[in-house]
Amino acid sequence: MHTFYVTLKYTAVTLWSMFVIAPFLWALSTSFKDFNSVTSGATYIPWVDFEPTLEGWRVLLRSPAQGGVNIVEPYLNSIFVTCFASLISIALGTLAAYALSRFTFKAGFIRNDDITFFFISQRIMPPVVLAIPFFIMLGKLGLLDTLFGLVMVYVVLLMPIAVWIMVDFFNKVPIEIDETALIDGCNPYQAFYKVVLPNSIPGMVVAGLFCMIFGWTDFFFAFILTFTEVQLLPVAIVSLNSSITPWWSLSAAALVSVAPLIVVAFIVERYLSKGNLSGALK
Amino acid sequence: MNFKHKYMFLLPGLLVLLGILIFPIGFTVRLSLSSWDSFFPGLDFIGLENYVRLFTDDARFWESFQRLSFLSITTVFLQYILGFSLALMVWKEIVFQRFFRVLFLIPMMTTPVIMTVIWKTVFHESLGPVNDFFSLFGMTPLWLSSEGLSKVTVIIVEVWQWTPFMFLLLLAGLLSLPKEPFLAASIDGAGPIRKFVYVTFPLMAPISIGAIIIRLIEASKIMDTVYVLTSGGPGTSSETSSFYIFIKGLREFQFGYSAALSLTYLIIMIISLTVIAKMLVKLMIRS
Repeated sequence: MHTFYVTLKYTAVTLWSMFVIAPFLWALSTSFKDFNSVTSGATYIPWVDFEPTLEGWRVLLRSPAQGGVNIVEPYLNSIFVTCFASLISIALGTLAAYALSRFTFKAGFIRNDDITFFFISQRIMPPVVLAIPFFIMLGKLGLLDTLFGLVMVYVVLLMPIAVWIMVDFFNKVPIEIDETALIDGCNPYQAFYKVVLPNSIPGMVVAGLFCMIFGWTDFFFAFILTFTEVQLLPVAIVSLNSSITPWWSLSAAALVSVAPLIVVAFIVERYLSKGNLSGALK
Repeated sequence: MNFKHKYMFLLPGLLVLLGILIFPIGFTVRLSLSSWDSFFPGLDFIGLENYVRLFTDDARFWESFQRLSFLSITTVFLQYILGFSLALMVWKEIVFQRFFRVLFLIPMMTTPVIMTVIWKTVFHESLGPVNDFFSLFGMTPLWLSSEGLSKVTVIIVEVWQWTPFMFLLLLAGLLSLPKEPFLAASIDGAGPIRKFVYVTFPLMAPISIGAIIIRLIEASKIMDTVYVLTSGGPGTSSETSSFYIFIKGLREFQFGYSAALSLTYLIIMIISLTVIAKMLVKLMIRS
């Protein structure tokens, strides 16, 4: 009976792994193809099924004037917007989460839970709902097609995630830590800054990772709110998908865009194994 | 603990969020009462006309909403079953544990819209590997351009992309479970299935509910996948609410009407998610 379970487990895990890897392998193979090897039907193994070329990868570094697609600048833009918006969201989100976890707020029928729900409920809003008003608002402020405008929008997307994770996290940090600091003569700001904050770094790392994932993977706002001056990576890659789809450079670009987040996957797993995540995520 | 400076902690975040959102939300409400479109751009006032049209004369919106409910409930259900199974499998001793855990997380780290472009080539009806396989049996399923299958394709891609999220939340939950109940069950001689039914599953119920609700919220916004994979087609057969609002607002430029759609949709979503959360709590925590 035991061997049956073990066999079942390994079969299932292997099958799922293949499903996870399949599109990446296909993209890797496609990135070395050219027009002929794509349009002649599905081919898989370089040198056997088709003659590999580096064209797909070269296009990514060539300037648009020479018929290339420059993804270096969009790449840097994406990194800047994601990191900057994540930092703001975590800073503000952590402060708010601390307040919501430690103090009691009462205003009419509004309680702590309602304020927390207000933060989190921002995720329910589909991007389309906000896209048009944001478009008009950023236009009025002269922030359309700028990095700053995007950061502003992304803060709205990411702060709810930071608040959600940090409220749960602070709820598990014993309140005695704060009280001891207060008795030792700290004022509440010092207690937060000197004692609570150093203890909440694991939570903030997890919140930061989540913000980065959701910031990096957003497409819609970047798609609507920028045109030519500022392009983010997903938009740059999808815009390759125009009249004749260049499968090869598309695949190469997709693989390049996935790379940095694989590092994030490793960090997330690290935290998971150490048990820090289980406290921070529930 | 309570002091007057508590607002100094709460207000920066709250005010920034409100500051950025107050105009978009207020404007959407006002916009929904106007007839702003590409012919007459301007904030006139037509009362509730848009809402009347929406409730009496727009079958397409309600169809897209039904489709969205079907798609998001199906995908989240599949993701929960798969995510939970995978989490259980790599929870205890298994070779290459770290490798599998990292691998299972990777799809959620990828940009949905970019991976969907790749999936579109995978499911390409004449040049993709999937139909290359099916052609061995003399079949060419129309993954992207037939009414039924295009939904299946959307579901497959969504399951690939977001099962890892479910997996992450559930594995984190499993790893935080106390050991004592499992020891007690072992002493009582419970096998793996009984242990799961009587110990693991009940202990995981609160985490499961949280994970399902979060995924339902995110799944209800499904849009990138549909946009790239099928563009809502063929016809309107894979169109979801967000995509329909997108077409009305940013393709046909009926700003006023799409604002009314958005607000109605938002209210329905908030009510139904609250109801679903309550139902799940009742269902999963019987006692």
